[in-house]
Amino acid sequence: MNVRTLIHLPAAVRRGDVVEIRATIAHPMETGYRNDAEGRRLPRDILRRFECRLDGELVFAAELFPAIAANPYVAFTLLASASGTLVFTWTGDRGFVHTETRPLVVA
Amino acid sequence: MRRALDALAALTALAAAAALAGADERRSGFDFMSPATQALQRDDTQNPALLWVEDGRLRWSARDGGTKSCADCHGDAAVSMRGVAARHPAFDAAAGRALTLAMRIEQCRAQRQGLTPFGPESDGLLALEAFVGRQSRGLPISPPADPRLAPAVEHGRQLWTTRFGQLDLACAHCHDGLAGRRLAGNAIPQAHPTGYPLYRLEWQGLGSLERRLRNCMTGIRAEPFGWGSPESVALQAFLMRRAAGMIVETPAVRP
Repeated sequence: MNVRTLIHLPAAVRRGDVVEIRATIAHPMETGYRNDAEGRRLPRDILRRFECRLDGELVFAAELFPAIAANPYVAFTLLASASGTLVFTWTGDRGFVHTETRPLVVA
Repeated sequence: MRRALDALAALTALAAAAALAGADERRSGFDFMSPATQALQRDDTQNPALLWVEDGRLRWSARDGGTKSCADCHGDAAVSMRGVAARHPAFDAAAGRALTLAMRIEQCRAQRQGLTPFGPESDGLLALEAFVGRQSRGLPISPPADPRLAPAVEHGRQLWTTRFGQLDLACAHCHDGLAGRRLAGNAIPQAHPTGYPLYRLEWQGLGSLERRLRNCMTGIRAEPFGWGSPESVALQAFLMRRAAGMIVETPAVRP
């Protein structure tokens, strides 16, 4: 199945605004501590890191751990100083990498 | 004294409001949740069920290897699917029995799209069900007045008051008799299916009303009704009739 994400940022942003950005990704966040119905240990499959870059410059990053629930939701703020492209990257176990891009238009 | 009078005035106003509203004692599970969980449901930018709704939106117009997409026949879901979730389960002449919305989607997929059905509680089915259900958000639950649906509703009404399982409990014992009180730390809701399919924090995912019913049945240590079985559909039909007029919240969030 395709990776599903929800990214929300305000439609109109003025220079100097503090912008709140919300990002959710569909991910099981399997802890590695649970067993399946047959008693076999389910291998860990979590996201390890979330990053947001504006035109290559890191504006926000978070590390994720097994105690974080499935479908993690991250909200953060950034100071809108210039327009650019926001690149959101989630990386995790089993070589998981997912990238989304959104334009940030500062009026 | 002044404070007591104010309180009295407020109480009188409340009582008057209740009398005006016809004193509907029914409450959605939403009213039993913490403010934080309520906020999660209210805000579409936080509600994790939207992951499935958006997936359903894509599937609505995807052919998925078949000849037709949902949109090829039904067009814009915002128009054609408005209110559809609010009037299911409904009697289906082709099947000769009452079908839930999920079963209707599966039927369409098998018979008109010529594709393999998704299977109960699969991501594809939940996504389409959530997307179709979303088109009824804010509308009152309005079960059809179809006499062919009446036997299913009546059957469901009987199941609602039938004792099941090792704990020997009927649905009505908790959800009519003890609603609003607590079972361990959790509020016992009145069991109105206002927001299905919904994102349950305990499940860490989206689930259907049928899954919730099976959950409850395992809880009273009974063997759950089979997926899409006449008993399961009957109980769902009865619950929708019982909740008639309440507002659809799909996709809801529950603890």
